Formats: sequence, C-alpha cells, structure tokens
Amino acid sequence: MRKLINPIFWALTPLVALAILWSAALSAAVLSTAVSSDSPVDGETPVRGSTEAQRKGFEIAARSDRSDRGFKDNEVTLSMILRNAAGEESRRALVITTLEVPDENEGDKSLILFETPRDIEGTALLSHAKILDPDNQWLFLPSLKRVKRISSRNKSGPFVGSEFAFEDFTSVELNKYDYEYLREEACGELKCDVVVRYPRYENSGYTKQIVWIDQQYFQVRKIDFYNRRDALLKTLTLEGYLNYNGYWRAHTVRMVNHQTNKSTDLVYGEYKFNVGLKETDFVKGRLSRLR
Amino acid sequence: MISVFSNAGEWDASGSVSLESRYFWQDALYQGQGDGQEPSASFQPELRWESDDRRSKVSFVGFVRADEQDSERSHGDVRELYWAYEWDEWGMTLGINKVFWGVTESRHLVDVINQTDGVEDIDQEDKLGQPMLNLNTQREWGRIGLFVLPYFREATYAGDSGRFRGPLPVKADEARYQSGDEQNHVDLALRYSHYFGDLDIGVYWFEGTNREARFELSDEGQYLIPVYDQMSQQGLELQYTIDAWLWKLEAITRQTDADNFWAMVGGFEYTYYQIQASDADLGLLLEYLSDDRDQDITVAPYQNDVFVGTRLTLNDTQDTSVLVGASWDLENQSFGFNLEAERRIGENFSLELRMRTFSDVASDDALYAIRNDDYGQVRFSWFF
Repeated sequence: MRKLINPIFWALTPLVALAILWSAALSAAVLSTAVSSDSPVDGETPVRGSTEAQRKGFEIAARSDRSDRGFKDNEVTLSMILRNAAGEESRRALVITTLEVPDENEGDKSLILFETPRDIEGTALLSHAKILDPDNQWLFLPSLKRVKRISSRNKSGPFVGSEFAFEDFTSVELNKYDYEYLREEACGELKCDVVVRYPRYENSGYTKQIVWIDQQYFQVRKIDFYNRRDALLKTLTLEGYLNYNGYWRAHTVRMVNHQTNKSTDLVYGEYKFNVGLKETDFVKGRLSRLR
Repeated sequence: MISVFSNAGEWDASGSVSLESRYFWQDALYQGQGDGQEPSASFQPELRWESDDRRSKVSFVGFVRADEQDSERSHGDVRELYWAYEWDEWGMTLGINKVFWGVTESRHLVDVINQTDGVEDIDQEDKLGQPMLNLNTQREWGRIGLFVLPYFREATYAGDSGRFRGPLPVKADEARYQSGDEQNHVDLALRYSHYFGDLDIGVYWFEGTNREARFELSDEGQYLIPVYDQMSQQGLELQYTIDAWLWKLEAITRQTDADNFWAMVGGFEYTYYQIQASDADLGLLLEYLSDDRDQDITVAPYQNDVFVGTRLTLNDTQDTSVLVGASWDLENQSFGFNLEAERRIGENFSLELRMRTFSDVASDDALYAIRNDDYGQVRFSWFF
C-alpha cells in the first residue's frame, strides 16, 4: 500500500488537467456561440417577441436597461432595515461594488460586503451574474478566513433574512426575461409604461413581474411580484432617484411582502462612480484580502 | 482597489467578548483532570486601517482566554498583525496572518500554513497567527501565492488538569525539532488556485516543518514531548458546483524521513432549498475520509471513516443555523457525534451551542484517549 502513495497523487494530476481543459473548452464554446449570434452593437440584443405587445414590452425594457449603459463601475453604502409584522426592526449595513459587463449576453459582477451586524462583519458575497445559467457565487467567511463557492440554485430564497430574494438582489439583466406591454398609467407625477416580464431563467420563485417604467427618464418605479401560484406576493417601490452624470439611481427602495406583512427597506448613501475597479477585483482570490 | 471600509484612512476598532461554559458529564479518565463545569472567558480585540488610496492595509487581531480549569487553555495569541500592500496584479502581506485552504467540512486536511490552537477546540478550526511574507499575483489564468514562513508556531495542548489529552500530558514548551534551526527554520509554500466554470481548484507544494508532531516519552516517562520533523507536502483541493450539489475533494501526500503517506477526504453537500415552503434550507453532507499514515509515528483518527451530516439554515433575521454530524470508523466502528448551533440575539450578541460525544471507541482508535470527554458547551458573545 505504501508504494501506492505517490502514484495515486500523481495520477490525480492529469485528471485535474483534463478537467481544466474540458472546462476551458466548454467556456470557449459558449463564448464563440455568444460572439457568433448576430448582435448589432457590442452585444445589443435584437428586439425579441412574436406579437406587437411582446416587441413593445421588450423595447420599453431595453430602453430602460440601456439608459444605464456605460456606467463602468460604482460603489455604494446602504442600510438594510428589516421589519417583521409587529414592526420590530433589525438592521444591516452593506457596501456594494458593481462592475459593468457591457455585453448583454453576460451579467454584471458585484461584491456585497457586510459591515453590520458585527458578528458577521467582513462577510462578503461575490457574484458573477449570468443571463440564463446559474450565477457564479463565492462567500467569504472572515472568522475562518474561508472562501466558499456556493450554489446559486437558490434564486427564490431570502437574502440575509430580508424580503428580497437572491434573484431580486442580483443584477437585473435585459435578457433574463420575456416581456409583454400592458398599458400606460400615471405613476405619481410621471406617466408610466406598464410591462409584464416573465423570468426565462430556471428556478425563479415568480411566474411574472409587473413593472412600472416612467416615460420621461425610463426608470423602474414599481414592481409587483407574482408567486408560483400566480398570486401577488410582494411589491417593490423605488423612490428618491438622483442623477449621477446621466445615470439614475434610486435611494429609497422598499419591498413589502403582502402575505406576511413583513417589509425590507434599502436606504442608499451617495453612489461613487468610476472607482477604477477591474475584472481582477472581482475574482475569488481577492476575497481573502478584504480583511 | 475594492473598498473594504467606507471610512478609509481611519482606524476601525471592533472585537468581541465571549463567556463560555463546557460541561463534561463523564468522569475524567486521568489523574488531575477536572470534572463537570469548565467556565472560561475570551476577548478578541480587532484594529484595522486602510489608506486613502486603499493600497495599504494594517490589521491587528489579538486573542486571550482565561480558563477556570486548565491553565494551558488560559492563553493569548496574536492572530493577526500585518501590513498588506497591493499594486497592479500584485499583492504582498508582511507580518502575522491566518490563511485557510480547503473545501470539505469533516476534516481540514489541506490547510497547512497555520498551526492549530488545539486548546481552543478539537475541530482544528482555531489557528495560531503565523508570521509570513506572502506574495500573490492575480492573473486571468489564476492566482499564484508564495509564502515564506520564517518562524514556526508550536501547537497548544491541554494541560495536566485539562480534558482532551492522553494518559500522559504533553509538554508543549519542551518541543524537539529535526532541523537544527528549530523554530527558526524557514518554511516555504507555493500555491495555485483558480476556477474554471463550475470547477474550483487549488494545488500547492509545502516544504518545511511538519505542523503535526510525533511524540517522544520524557526521560522520567511522566509526560510526552512533541517532535516536529521536516516534511514535504503536496495538496490538492477541488470543488465542482452544479445545481444544488457541491462535490468536494481534498488530498495530500506527505514525505518525512519516517513515513510517506497520502490522505484524502471527499464527498458532497446537497441542499434542499425552502423546505416545506418555509424560508429554511436543509443540507445533506456525506464525506469519506482515508489516511494511509503509519499510526505508530503520528496518530490520525481518519484512516477509513465516513462522515454524515445535515445543516439546517433558517434564513431568518437572526441567522439561525444548526449543523449535526456523525462519523463512523469503518474498521473499528468507533462513533463520534457533533452538534453546532448558533443564533444572533438582538444586533450585537450571539449564542452558540456545541455538543460532541464519542461512543464505542475502539482501544486502537486515535480517539480512545479522549473517549470520556463527551461535552456540551454554551457560548454567549458580545460583538462591538
């Protein structure tokens, strides 16, 4: 048995090399198909939909999504205030950094770092958003200094005990949904297009989301979320929009769960744009250097 | 550079104070060991600083514990005291730090940089601060890290009155070394890590002082003396993440003058999300452990073992979680049970419960010496 020691280990090495080559070949194949699909402007998706309402819905969503194009990167500190049905509050403080991935066939990269509660201070979640595939996600646990790759199948689960599901918190990408135009409607002082969007990715907790997008600035003002039984589950309202050199950001975002009467508020501080973030700031190896 | 603290340029002070009590419900096996309650308190101050341009970081983490029963468990350590600097694709750390490698839950096999703080817990997750010069480069094709470790940390062992020891206590401060440089031997490690799609990988080569001691009898035969040999060790870790499955493998080979061996631990974690239409997740863990070492030289309890566990995460505002695990030795049927549960209380407190039991431990098993050390532990912590 003793003589087998090194042979077994070294036998593993080519296996690993094969696995790497295989994965690299797979991602190369994915990449080449992504590039070969006819994209008019650097990854801009042509209008999707077979009916007039579907095409109009897509165009409204695309105009909204593309109003944010070119923001490159940003960083923001926010408070998350969780309220139960009795109105009791608990709070978290987070820093979110985001790197734009301009290609509409790829998702943005983001890093969420917790500052409070103190017992989880330094915990960080790194996400590489995908369009229809599961996101790549790594969690950094500061007490052990351990970086853990985690499953992202859990799209409909609650994000850190809040009323936001993981899928509500990861970046919204145009091609994650199919669209259908519903109607035009007043929303506050503005006039909104109302569009229904149907998740195209697997494991969503929603059958559909109804989205209010204003006609002046093309920003999302409200979303109604319908659960798998097609019943109204939650409503998201986005307020306090500010313009940063052409890029709009909401500063008071509230999710209300109609079935549990719990709610979660996100109160954003000032955004910083063009922080100079690079791809290599959003790799798992960086996580252990955060603290 | 990524922001870590919104208050770059300022010192950030934080930390925790914990009160804990262990209860051993079986009689101690050896003369001098305590029985029943073992209360203790610990304090972990943390101080961090980041420069305005975010290239430089300074970190200090101290740790002290006062234990009512075991004087060896009353101890202190500098967990971190380093300066880190980053430029372009490069990063450097100079000072004392902790580095964790590995993917599995039942054993931390490939984790080798830091010495285990053995008096803290027997799960090998508490580590002593390791002095190092660490140079990293992050490229599109992965990350390479070089570790130069100029000073060796000796493991901590339970004292005469402590539980979790054999018939003869270990005198940690009389350690012997194979190398004439003793604690000043410069250890080296080189590691590559990256991910390819759903596959995460890490490989390393380590040359230096074995973190695991073998033991020699003292001249009068009254206690054991740890002996630290030189070793070469190669490690591999893999995780394949697909749907709700995490497939994991850790493997090492180690060469010393006395023994060459390999060891591995591998298995999976599968998670059922939102069980029974609740917010809770239930994970199932299965890992197989194998260790080919000569047990006459160094002792390891995982020669041919299976670990089965389940992890319940409530996903509530208090981050409540419970991990229950059991391991069987497939050769001698020794059985170990382990429970870890934790929950935040309010904004700044947390409560942690822990229980470990050992049953039907065979006389040739590494756990035989601590077969009566079943215990339950409550820990209450304040974070500031």
